[in-house]
Amino acid sequence: MSTENTIQHTIDKADLEGKQEYTITVYAENRIGLLNRIAIIFSKRKINIESLNTSPSEIDGIHRFNIVIHESYEVLRKLARQIEKQIEVLKVYFNTNEEIIWQELALYKVSTDEIAEKVTVERLLRQYGASAVVIRKDYTVFAVTGHREETDALVKALEPYELIEFVRSARVAIIKDSAGFHEKLKEFEAFEPGEELVENEFLDKGEKIFTM
Amino acid sequence: MDTAQDTIQQTETKSEPSKQVGGFKGTGSQVLLNGLIEEGVSTIFGYPGGAIMPIYDALYDYADKLEHILVRHEQGGIHAAQGFARTSGKVGVCFATSGPGATNLVTGLADAQIDSTPLVCITGQVYAHLLGTDAFQETDVINITTPVTKWNYQVTDANEIQEVLAKAFYIAKSGRPGPVLIDITKNAQLQIEEFPEYVKCNHIRSYRPKPKVRVEYIEQAAALINAAKKPFVLFGQGVVLGTAEEEFKTFIEKTGIPAAWTIMGESAIPTSHPLNVGMLGMHGNYGPNVLTNECDVLIAIGMRFDDRVTGRLDKYAKQAKVIHLDIDPAEIDKNVKADVGVWGDCKETLPLLTNLVDAKKHEEWLAKFRDYNQQEIDQVITPELYPESDEMTMGEVLRNINEICGGDAIIVTDVGQHQMVACRYAKFNNSRSNITSGGLGTMGFGLPAAIGAKYGAPDKTVIAIIGDGGFQMTPQELGTIMQFGVAVKILILNNRFLGMVRQWQQLFHDKRYSFVNITSPDFVALAKAYYIEADKVDERANLRKALETMINHEGSYLLEVMVGRENNVFPMVPQGMSVSEIRLK
Repeated sequence: MSTENTIQHTIDKADLEGKQEYTITVYAENRIGLLNRIAIIFSKRKINIESLNTSPSEIDGIHRFNIVIHESYEVLRKLARQIEKQIEVLKVYFNTNEEIIWQELALYKVSTDEIAEKVTVERLLRQYGASAVVIRKDYTVFAVTGHREETDALVKALEPYELIEFVRSARVAIIKDSAGFHEKLKEFEAFEPGEELVENEFLDKGEKIFTM
Repeated sequence: MDTAQDTIQQTETKSEPSKQVGGFKGTGSQVLLNGLIEEGVSTIFGYPGGAIMPIYDALYDYADKLEHILVRHEQGGIHAAQGFARTSGKVGVCFATSGPGATNLVTGLADAQIDSTPLVCITGQVYAHLLGTDAFQETDVINITTPVTKWNYQVTDANEIQEVLAKAFYIAKSGRPGPVLIDITKNAQLQIEEFPEYVKCNHIRSYRPKPKVRVEYIEQAAALINAAKKPFVLFGQGVVLGTAEEEFKTFIEKTGIPAAWTIMGESAIPTSHPLNVGMLGMHGNYGPNVLTNECDVLIAIGMRFDDRVTGRLDKYAKQAKVIHLDIDPAEIDKNVKADVGVWGDCKETLPLLTNLVDAKKHEEWLAKFRDYNQQEIDQVITPELYPESDEMTMGEVLRNINEICGGDAIIVTDVGQHQMVACRYAKFNNSRSNITSGGLGTMGFGLPAAIGAKYGAPDKTVIAIIGDGGFQMTPQELGTIMQFGVAVKILILNNRFLGMVRQWQQLFHDKRYSFVNITSPDFVALAKAYYIEADKVDERANLRKALETMINHEGSYLLEVMVGRENNVFPMVPQGMSVSEIRLK
């Protein structure tokens, strides 16, 4: 894999000390029990998973996990290696929020009467980028796709108007500086490991680090 | 699969397996056993039960190819498989039934996982259609064992068995070895199929056991080593697991670097090697611990900086540049930051490194180790090996064993004071001779592991050194020794205390001896109840002769030696202290 494809870790010195939000992307075989194997890597260290999504990836048969945690860079790196060590895991990346495009989907159920009386639906839709998924006599369901702050903001806005139900999905994230997994998979399928597979930060300390 | 079908298949099981061209028609159980033979397995430690009966039924016809050792408890079975793997270098295999049989494996799995021991454990499981119904002897074995296995898999269809078994052996022994568990439902064991020829596994796309070595790291490491004035090598079991004992010896001999071991790496080079400066860690030798904080380049090879080795981390080798050679990238930078991490199999990396390093002698530096060693000899070792009091010490028992066996015996230990004394004082000439529970510290490991160790190295004298506490955790394996005539020598060092805990209570809990005062049965009578020859020694005058009798005895033998009650193991790095704060008393 060429260097254009490597994901650059832009972390400053302060981040190295403290915790911040990281999104872990795991490429893995689609196998029963693997989710548990990955989850216990966190729970063993008493680390809370903020959000977890499993989905297909760009490659048929290969699964993609997105895991969001709030931790320090050092801890993240160790976790990533422990996850990558699992037999059915192909590759692990971890990125700060600046390095990814990410979205979460939230659904809000509110009383149609309430909302019709007390707020302008139109204003809500416009201000929060919400869409009305269902409008019934008794209730209306809005959907918002966006960052946590955005979906949270609408919760706050709807609080006075009897928010009947609220749910938010896990984060899904695309790594900005990634060319996908197609090329990499070929190397994994080859019997002799290529250079990419033996890359590690021990030599390339600094700018090109994104995984072990 | 429905029950009616199972019944049909159960009756079909009785039919003789027929050999096909290239392939094989038979039951899942038969194809499993054929696979084990293909993988070179000849010894299995196990215990039957309901959910694994079809496999045992098939085993009945394989007695000429597969030797099955009936243990007395599944924990004994897995520890025996561990002992076998450790002395033979092969994959240890054990069988257990579902439910309690499988849960009894957990301690051994955890032990094998932390000590990187290659195992393949086969457990029976209830019929696939009963999974999740809380059936008789059903437990969720896969989820229970997930944190303590390198890999595990539940087979519900016989057609999966060959591929899964091949993967299991490949995963268990390649890269950083570890335990693998295969859970096979009863219907899959009974299922009759035409199976293809067995194909061994040598590639899994998501698993890269070892990397192609990057020469840049080797060059950086060599540069550090060549510039070093006070280099120091720490080695662990990685040297043994990588069968790199010769490569390792060549490396230290060329560079003239003193080398100290973790207890898992102990016998990788002979005790008498002039560059072998001794044991690391909490009860390790004085020089290696103190000089860890004085060396300028620390070269760690196949070891993982366990907290019992490093003591307080923020005061550990801070002055040194650290080079870390390991096959598991997750170990590099885990506990101690490496200035140069060399990810790879030390069988490959060590020769590359040896080529690039200058031939040197570090006489002055080595003399420092000798100075510290002399202090330790005067203050600790001599009083331990040649005690002046009437009470016998564990150390003098070890000295006598060394004198009788000359370093050729395999020493299996349990866990506690006797373990530290055995590791400190036993002499070894050959690799794979020190079998101990390192990372997990499993009391009860010693006796069953010694059984396996003997099967793994049948021509060697195998001595199991066990405390009075640890022996009482797995004494049932005397039954296995009796039934199979396993010629192990069992040496119980009895101080009538749970000695290591008592030592800590003495030193750190104001001598509040809380529940360490353990009583024992008449061990000699117990052994004799199992028709095992036995003797007891309570004074020095009889010690040598009793040990000689034990070692020269044809079959199994148990010797109980009464040692001083309140002897302590020193030196000691108290928990939470730096290695250089090691105490001699």
